Amino acid sequence: MCLAVPGRIVSLTGDDPVTRMAKVSFGGVLKEVSLAFLPEAQVDEYVIVHAGFALSRIDEHEARQLFEDLKQLAGDDLADAELGGDQEPMP
Amino acid sequence: MKYMDEYRDPAAAEAWLKAIRGLVTRPWTIMEVCGGQTHAIVKYGLDELLPSQVQLLHGPGCPVCVTPLEKIDRAIALASRPDVIFCSFGDMLRVPGTDRDLLSVKASGGDVRIVYSPLDAVEVARRNPDRQVVFFAVGFETTAPGNAMAVHQAKMTGVRNFSILVSHVLVPPALEAILGSPTCRVQGFLAAGHVCAVMGYREYEPIAERYKVPIVVTGFEPLDILQGVYLCVKQLEEGRAEVENQYARVVSADGNRPAQSVVSEVFEVVNRSWRGIGEIGASGLGLREAFADLDAERRFDLSAVGPRPEPAECISGLVLQGRKKPNECPAFGIRCTPERPLGATMVSSEGACAAYYRHRRKAEG
Amino acid sequence: MKDELALSCPVPAGRYEQVLMAHGGGGRLMHQLLERVFLSAFSNPALDTGHDAAVLDVGSSRIAFTTDSYVVRPLFFPGGTIGTLAVNGTVNDLAMAGARPLGLSAGFIIEEGLPIETLERVVASMQGAAKEAGVAIVTGDTKVVDRGKGDGIFINTAGVGLVEHGLRIAPAAVQAGDAVILSGDVGRHGMAIMAVREGLQFESAIESDCAPLSGPVLDLIGAGVEVHCLRDLTRGGLASALNEIAAGAGVGIAIDERQVPVREDVRGACEILGFDPLYVANEGRFVVFVAGRDRGRAVEVLRRHASCEAAVTIGHVAAGDPGLVTLRSLIGSTRILDMLSGEQLPRIC
Repeated sequence: MCLAVPGRIVSLTGDDPVTRMAKVSFGGVLKEVSLAFLPEAQVDEYVIVHAGFALSRIDEHEARQLFEDLKQLAGDDLADAELGGDQEPMP
Repeated sequence: MKYMDEYRDPAAAEAWLKAIRGLVTRPWTIMEVCGGQTHAIVKYGLDELLPSQVQLLHGPGCPVCVTPLEKIDRAIALASRPDVIFCSFGDMLRVPGTDRDLLSVKASGGDVRIVYSPLDAVEVARRNPDRQVVFFAVGFETTAPGNAMAVHQAKMTGVRNFSILVSHVLVPPALEAILGSPTCRVQGFLAAGHVCAVMGYREYEPIAERYKVPIVVTGFEPLDILQGVYLCVKQLEEGRAEVENQYARVVSADGNRPAQSVVSEVFEVVNRSWRGIGEIGASGLGLREAFADLDAERRFDLSAVGPRPEPAECISGLVLQGRKKPNECPAFGIRCTPERPLGATMVSSEGACAAYYRHRRKAEG
Repeated sequence: MKDELALSCPVPAGRYEQVLMAHGGGGRLMHQLLERVFLSAFSNPALDTGHDAAVLDVGSSRIAFTTDSYVVRPLFFPGGTIGTLAVNGTVNDLAMAGARPLGLSAGFIIEEGLPIETLERVVASMQGAAKEAGVAIVTGDTKVVDRGKGDGIFINTAGVGLVEHGLRIAPAAVQAGDAVILSGDVGRHGMAIMAVREGLQFESAIESDCAPLSGPVLDLIGAGVEVHCLRDLTRGGLASALNEIAAGAGVGIAIDERQVPVREDVRGACEILGFDPLYVANEGRFVVFVAGRDRGRAVEVLRRHASCEAAVTIGHVAAGDPGLVTLRSLIGSTRILDMLSGEQLPRIC
């Protein structure tokens, strides 16, 4: 129901918590996004954006967990490289 | 793109599928609640890859599909007024009302504009002080905070020519309506991750307990959905019925408090009609009395546009509740196609019937 | 018009009794309009081949003839103008018949009040594009309409080209075993235009792929590659072009999504708006169907051209499933790649 996309905050504008905006990069395309619901968000953090509003910060540790869970399940069948191990390191 | 591409990895997808195959011993029926998940399932062909014992039903989580006919007709009436600029999210424009859709209104000269964010609609109002600007506020809990913020900002900054036509809906009451039906086939849910990003998942715990149904909060990428299915099947096989959070990188137990707070400042819970399903008690949001002057249904006289019956042949209500599969409808693919839909579920790209229609073509080809 | 974005979301087609924007979107609605109104009225063998350009016999020569109109907003965008689109679009329609462009016409419908300086910039860009494509604008027309009756400038171009080869380049020449080659990354033009309209900015410059394609195409033919069909990817994008050819040729087409190049930022813009890059418009991209054995050589010839340096084989023609385009997805499943119904609209769900 709700298309929301992860992006990286590249800059912040405004001090008022309600009208604070961020410029967010989605794979290199930039969009102004309201930070009204994430007043504590900082530059370089990844956020989930829906209809012009950042709704949630992305937790780096939890983001790896799916692959950790899978390694546990699959045991030795799967090398790191097959499970997203070649992704860029988390910032 | 980071946080997307790694969750589309084919080797990891195959590993999850293998894990699911190793787990399942009998047939299970799981409903993915959200239209965004339906979209990903169809786009990546996940339903084809799952073992045949795991059946996915597509849920009511598509705001385009569940917005009642009466609201579409009211949107059309408003958009047809010469003094109104009607702003909407793009995908609402093609939903059929009783006689026509918003695209047709635009073709007839109506000032219908697509906006990306509700704040853009407030900006349109600021720039056109001599026109009335109405925003079509549809959506679930994910969209409600942004729409509430638009109302809040318009009110606080004195944008008097802005109002909204509200058709907000809530997920938990819909789940209960589905589970309460005597013919309910759903044994487990993949709950909508982005709704939970706003609301958290505590409100699902009593539902899981009361109806003995596992509810897994799930994301939208292929690996998210496969892991969600894995966790749900695992609970079913083990006889558990709990709320689990697959999408912890985005969703916390309590959700987003500032977002919840603006929603409860602007909106209150009301009864709401769902297209094809009918009225569900306490299943929607309406503007509070303090914001009543921004309610388009009060600002404009819409008394001529009352409740309308759905096309009699359309079973979309049963489909949205998981009680019928689209291909069990006698009109499916014959009198109802994406080109000539009887109901909204055949219109939206996330609509269950449209998704099935494409799938069926594949099977026949 | 060539700028409208196209889409997978099924617009209910066929129930409209007035023309919608979506009727110009390059999808199923547009095809229904063409069939209902134009093809039924004008039917003749040249038109009925369903090609971008008609091929006519003139004495002992064969010429290709085509026309196209341009109504893009904004008039100037990164990588091009309405004028470069109007020149390249018609040059490319000729190229898709394998023809060498001989001359173009240019008709201008100008809205009262347009600054002459704007017109001069558009015309200068057209002359630059014509020079690059190796063709001259040899005749023209100008009309002015009342303020409010136009959108700055509308341009129509027509073109004639000489067919110097004996190949039959048409959907009907496509056969099982053919390779499907794509000339470069997709979605750039549509998203460059959309970015201007939707207030998106790109970190690194994104430019429309607008480019003349007659050079690469004539080189393919000159190199002796057995070309069966050519189609430039405009409105409706790659998905619609493949569906048109699958339907016209009565064949099945299977492509691999992992082989289709899409720039990261174009993909990002598509994700935000809920678009599928396979349906987004291009102005300098084409697909070519060649005999399977010529696949490697065709890619090699194309890559010598700057506009085609990312040329790649994306799939093949299959014997079964006539009319159906199937896509092997990023995670390895297979699904139908449908023609879009209307136009792509930004979605929230």
